[in-house]
Amino acid sequence: MTTTEDLRADSSDGPPTATARATAKDTAVPGRGRTSAWGQAVRLADASWRPLVVLGLLFAGWWFVAWRELVPAYLIPSPGAVLETMVSERAMLLEHTWVTTVETVLGFVIAAVVGVATAVLLVYSKTAEKSLYPLILFAQVIPKIAIAPILVVWFGFGLTPKIILAVLIAFFPVVVSAVAGLRSVDPELLEMSATMGASRWRTFVKIRFPGALPQLMSGLKVAVTLAVVGAVVGEFVGADRGLGFVLLLASGNLDAPLLFADLILMSLIGVVLFVLVELAEHLLIPWHASRRGSVVLAAS
Amino acid sequence: MAATVLDGATTPSVATDPIIEVENLTMRFRSKRSETVALDDVSLTVRAGEFVTIAGPSGCGKSTLLKLVAGLTPGFEGKVHLYGAPVTRPQRDIGFAFQRSALLEWRGVRKNILLQAEMRGMDRRLAQRRADHLIELTGLTGFEKALPHELSGGMQQRVALCRALLHEPRVLLMDEPFGALDALTREQMNVEMNRIWRETGTTVVLVTHSVPEAVYLGSRIVVMSPRPGRIVETLEPGLPDERDYGTTLRDPRFTRAAERIRGLLGATHTPE
Ligand SMILES: Nc1ncnc2c1ncn2[C@@H]1O[C@H](COP(=O)(O)OP(=O)(O)OP(=O)(O)O)[C@@H](O)[C@H]1O
Ligand SMILES: [Mg+2]
Repeated sequence: MTTTEDLRADSSDGPPTATARATAKDTAVPGRGRTSAWGQAVRLADASWRPLVVLGLLFAGWWFVAWRELVPAYLIPSPGAVLETMVSERAMLLEHTWVTTVETVLGFVIAAVVGVATAVLLVYSKTAEKSLYPLILFAQVIPKIAIAPILVVWFGFGLTPKIILAVLIAFFPVVVSAVAGLRSVDPELLEMSATMGASRWRTFVKIRFPGALPQLMSGLKVAVTLAVVGAVVGEFVGADRGLGFVLLLASGNLDAPLLFADLILMSLIGVVLFVLVELAEHLLIPWHASRRGSVVLAAS
Repeated sequence: MAATVLDGATTPSVATDPIIEVENLTMRFRSKRSETVALDDVSLTVRAGEFVTIAGPSGCGKSTLLKLVAGLTPGFEGKVHLYGAPVTRPQRDIGFAFQRSALLEWRGVRKNILLQAEMRGMDRRLAQRRADHLIELTGLTGFEKALPHELSGGMQQRVALCRALLHEPRVLLMDEPFGALDALTREQMNVEMNRIWRETGTTVVLVTHSVPEAVYLGSRIVVMSPRPGRIVETLEPGLPDERDYGTTLRDPRFTRAAERIRGLLGATHTPE
């Protein structure tokens, strides 16, 4: 009979080298298309000039309206006056910006962690899914801004109610995107993992979670902008610090330049945090980002 | 060589242990609206060291059969044994090459192959050496870091093949592993597959749409009917284990078997 040993002796020559040589036809260095720093800069410039032009036009319009005094200055201050306020009040504004940023970031991080953990629970446990998911969906229709006064009653004027509000608002998009991502795994990948005898944990770490990252990251980007809203609304309701608090003060004093300066800073927090999450996305899932480009920049 | 030919022709693998035993296997897929009988009363025994190829029209249940043997699909009627034990859950002592390559899109070629080792907790150094060897063998050198979406369909299938072979499984279940390859590369992979089988003594079950491939690779060829899938005939052409594109294709036993299979599958279904 043909045992393995016989066969091994039989086949010690011929085919392997021939095949190795023949299949070498496609071994040319593959064009990986690694984007260089310069290439990225060019892409960034190419993608951002149009929005910048629009932004410039808006500023020009604003400046024109203020210059011709088409609207009273106490309603729309001139860009110059706003800038002046930003400079002269920079110490005060910086301090309050810092407070709001801390509230936002803490709220966002907690929402991300709790949201992902909840999503994992929902995806792995049918019972949890059936009992919790409808409630989470239902809780989303409660206007969370209306909860703010209750939170102030419970937790006072400190950071806590603002962070909680930021968490409550940012939580939902995280859960929904993480559940969608974790569920979107190709069943054949799970079958493959099963034939490798992989534990549930290994399957989660090596297959399910990385596969869920693209959707999760989009959810996180939505969540981070919502977290700013949560923090500011929390400050509206009851605070002695933060940009929301300053906004109320300025509004009470009819201090339009301060109002506008404050608003610009709030938006900046959102933009900067959004870009940071997007950067994290590029680092975490370059395989995905490289194919679909950046959300902010891909619009062009 | 001559001895092998005679042996192969007169005494097909008789005394070896059955590795896969399938008896009166029926598989129905039920949905709310309909019921699909994917396999109908299929019986098949695969012995150690055999290379069984399964040919049949699309949708006749070939993939289903392989997945049942791998323990990936529950809810069948009949008997499915692997290594003498009933299959009740996913089997890990096998290598499975999926019809769609099932690669992780965020991992490069080498890391995709090494996933097998990571999941099994294999020795890292040994696994890396084997991975590099397999990469060379399948002509993927230079693409170690390329992501799946940067590869052609054929290259993706080669990566999946490497991954299935990495842990040197005793049984290799392959679902149309060369389906997306161009004719030339496919021939090379067939030569390679034949060599790997002879060198390692692995038991292989390979599903294919291609009649020449089925005959070239198989020591036994199972032909299936359209849905509901039944085994219509099993052929043992008695070709020597070592195949060669120059001579095997002109061997009368090869041409006779290929003719017969074409006839069984019907004139309408002879791709390639
Ligand atoms: N999970 C499933 N649920 C419902 N029906 C299924 C499922 N898997 C397979 N089927 C059905 O079973 C039949 C056989 O499918 P299978 O994938 O085994 O065919 P195949 O022989 O591998 O076909 P191909 O050559 O095209 O790959 C098909 O009719 C298919 O629709
Ligand atoms: Mg199939």
